[in-house]
Amino acid sequence: MTPVRSSTAPRSSAAPARCALVCGVLAAVLVAGALAGLALGAARIPLADVLAALTGRAQPGPFTTIVLDVRLPRVLLAAVVGAGLALVGAVLQALVRNPLADPYLLGISSGASMGAVLSVVLGVGAVSMQAGAFAGALLATVTVYAMARSGAAVTTGRLVLAGVAVQYVLSALTSLVLVTSAEKEHLRAILFWTLGGLGQARLHTVLLPALVLAAGLVLLLALARPLDLLLVGEEGATVLGLDTGRFRAASFVLASLVTAVLVTVSGAIGFVGLMVPHAARMAVGAGHRALLPVAALGGAAFLVLADLAARTVAAPEEIPVGVLTALTGGPFFLWLLRRTRHAEGAMG
Amino acid sequence: MPLHALDVEKVSYRAAGGPLLLDGVHLRAAPGETVGVVGPNGSGKTTLLRCVYGTLRPTGGRITLGGHDAAALSVKARARRVAAVPQEAGGGFGLTAGRIAAMGRSPHKRFWEGDTAADAARVAAALERTGAAALARRPFDELSGGERQRVLVARALVQEPELLVLDEPTNHLDVRYQWELLALVRDLPATGLLALHDLNLAAYFCDRLYVLEAGRVVADGTPEEVLTPGLLAEVYGVRAEVDVHPETGAPTVVYLPPREPRGLPHPREPRETQEPREPREPREGARG
Repeated sequence: MTPVRSSTAPRSSAAPARCALVCGVLAAVLVAGALAGLALGAARIPLADVLAALTGRAQPGPFTTIVLDVRLPRVLLAAVVGAGLALVGAVLQALVRNPLADPYLLGISSGASMGAVLSVVLGVGAVSMQAGAFAGALLATVTVYAMARSGAAVTTGRLVLAGVAVQYVLSALTSLVLVTSAEKEHLRAILFWTLGGLGQARLHTVLLPALVLAAGLVLLLALARPLDLLLVGEEGATVLGLDTGRFRAASFVLASLVTAVLVTVSGAIGFVGLMVPHAARMAVGAGHRALLPVAALGGAAFLVLADLAARTVAAPEEIPVGVLTALTGGPFFLWLLRRTRHAEGAMG
Repeated sequence: MPLHALDVEKVSYRAAGGPLLLDGVHLRAAPGETVGVVGPNGSGKTTLLRCVYGTLRPTGGRITLGGHDAAALSVKARARRVAAVPQEAGGGFGLTAGRIAAMGRSPHKRFWEGDTAADAARVAAALERTGAAALARRPFDELSGGERQRVLVARALVQEPELLVLDEPTNHLDVRYQWELLALVRDLPATGLLALHDLNLAAYFCDRLYVLEAGRVVADGTPEEVLTPGLLAEVYGVRAEVDVHPETGAPTVVYLPPREPRGLPHPREPRETQEPREPREPREGARG
């Protein structure tokens, strides 16, 4: 055996350093974006007052109320939802080995809107609408999972096909319900669930998604090694000792639960879970130990900034944040498509 | 790690609703031995290898590693004993060749464990042995077929297996790397099971050969015993001359154009052969 040349060692210290650098930059962007989100809006609040309100040194007054009760929950929710969507998107792209996968691929968002619309049409209050959305998301998930599994294994192709089929059926049912009971209230509801929005944020509604995100991030980071193995394909992962069917089923359930919680509080905000993971992959590579934290931070920063723009660009009118993410995400995705057309199906 | 024998005992495999792809195959590889599986296209080589490395579950018979039933091993426990280089490796999805090779440590790790400096050294050494050290930082997807093959063999070495299973490992490799790779596999302490197309390479590098035809073992033994003009005519339907090479001492196959002007004789068709027929007793009964 010839001696090992250090210059060709496969692991260098460059990769962790790069990840740390990217994480640092994204964290700085996130903090700056969050402060801007607290300061800007219909009323401009000086940064000093924002900081005073945050640290509890401010006198009670309108500024403090706006910062703490109106804008802070919204900024926090944007960060949590953005981080969660990007995290789940990155995981699902590995699970189905398809760059087009996003958190809504598996019918979750259409399940949520179906549940929400049904609860509105059946005439119950706002809390029940959220419960309806969550129930609908879970129902869609269970349906997709049941259809995709054969034995204990869940295969890639069946998962995607079942997800798309369930999504179409649920969307059609939602439209049917809306057409047969055309009331403005229902239309507003469907708009929220399909385009997404962060305007309903209250501090107590942020708590649950934040906890779910934290738990999901820790679990998925622990699963970075098997997630990497999935990238080399079914046969490769199996000969390297991964029970792919069972692992895919377990991570699918985890990803679905996180998504269902996020959809319930924010509706279906598109493109974050699709494009942020791709951008993160370009920055730090496809290895999940680096990819997942970068995607989560990037998603948080992106959605905080997108929501700030949604509130301020056309003020006093507010643009649905899902419209903004689609407007920026669509062109990005087309660019990605052109860039990778030579490597059909390649990720990033 | 102590080496154990591989025993394939009367293994059959039938794809759901499909034809019988393996029919009562017996195969034994003694510890440290290099065993070749040869046979025409579609004879069941890949299916047999998949049953051994565990991506297919035999529908009949059993496979044992050191006397332990392989079907009772978990996917991970099996990957600690058996490393495989499948014929078609998936893409790398942007991972570098070094990361792909480092995945060979996975069966030895709990899934949340990171790689240590010792792991990195193992990976570097394996890449060095397969001549792939310079490729470590390149994206796996951008490598040529032969370069990928060397990275995947390095990954299998990183697994530190008792049994190394290689399906057509010389595909895509130029002549020099074919020889280097097979010499490397033969000289490893691990037991080797290889599916090979090139009969001359098989004759030179393998201790024993198994010949598959239509899912059945039709001959087995040392290359000298197995590679005869009669068997080549019978199984492959080609006319060939087999000589012992004066320098290597291994049987060397030279293929000859068919005598019949109408083209290749059909393998299973009874016909007048120019060469005296070889005894064929392993074909029926005894092996089946």
